Amino acid sequence: MALLLDVLSWICLVGGGFFCVVGGIGVLRLPDFFSRLHASGVIDTLGAGLVLFGLLLQAESLDVALRLVLIFFFLLFTVPTATHALAKSALQGGLEPEVDDDGGASSNS
Amino acid sequence: MFTTGLLLVLVTMALALIRALRGPSLFDRILAVNMFGTSTVLGIAVLGFVTDRPAFLDIALVYALISFITTIATLKYFEYGSLGHGRRERDSG
Repeated sequence: MALLLDVLSWICLVGGGFFCVVGGIGVLRLPDFFSRLHASGVIDTLGAGLVLFGLLLQAESLDVALRLVLIFFFLLFTVPTATHALAKSALQGGLEPEVDDDGGASSNS
Repeated sequence: MFTTGLLLVLVTMALALIRALRGPSLFDRILAVNMFGTSTVLGIAVLGFVTDRPAFLDIALVYALISFITTIATLKYFEYGSLGHGRRERDSG
């Protein structure tokens, strides 16, 4: 049973770290600010979720587990709000999302 | 196990710093700082487990909130030009 927990938490931890790095690379390589917002969202939801879940499996006592769950819920509520505020002020700040109007369905007005 | 997770989180922080330095617009930098804050939260949590100190999780919790408030305050400052006015300025202004 302990081995199963260790293996599962190892997979979750390294998987979460992997998605964090994927989000980091996405933030570096994506061309437009608003697509980078998406990449940073990958880190906060998937990376943080998997890493914290991996830690949760290793938590010995209840209060440690409770704190981990609390961290995850705070992140779940605060990060989308911050991303929304960021996108809103970026739009007002004059950043325009790159919309390729090559006559696609969205722009045949 | 923890060290690999910690290493990957540190790599994310480095990537966030690169974006912060290179970011053309101001909002890229705020995004990078926000991302750096979140990966610091994860780093502290994993570090708490590496050094077997459960108190680190409280630090990670507080840091998650502080990084959120920092992002909102920075955005408010750049959007409205100031962080709001005190009662004296508003009445006299």
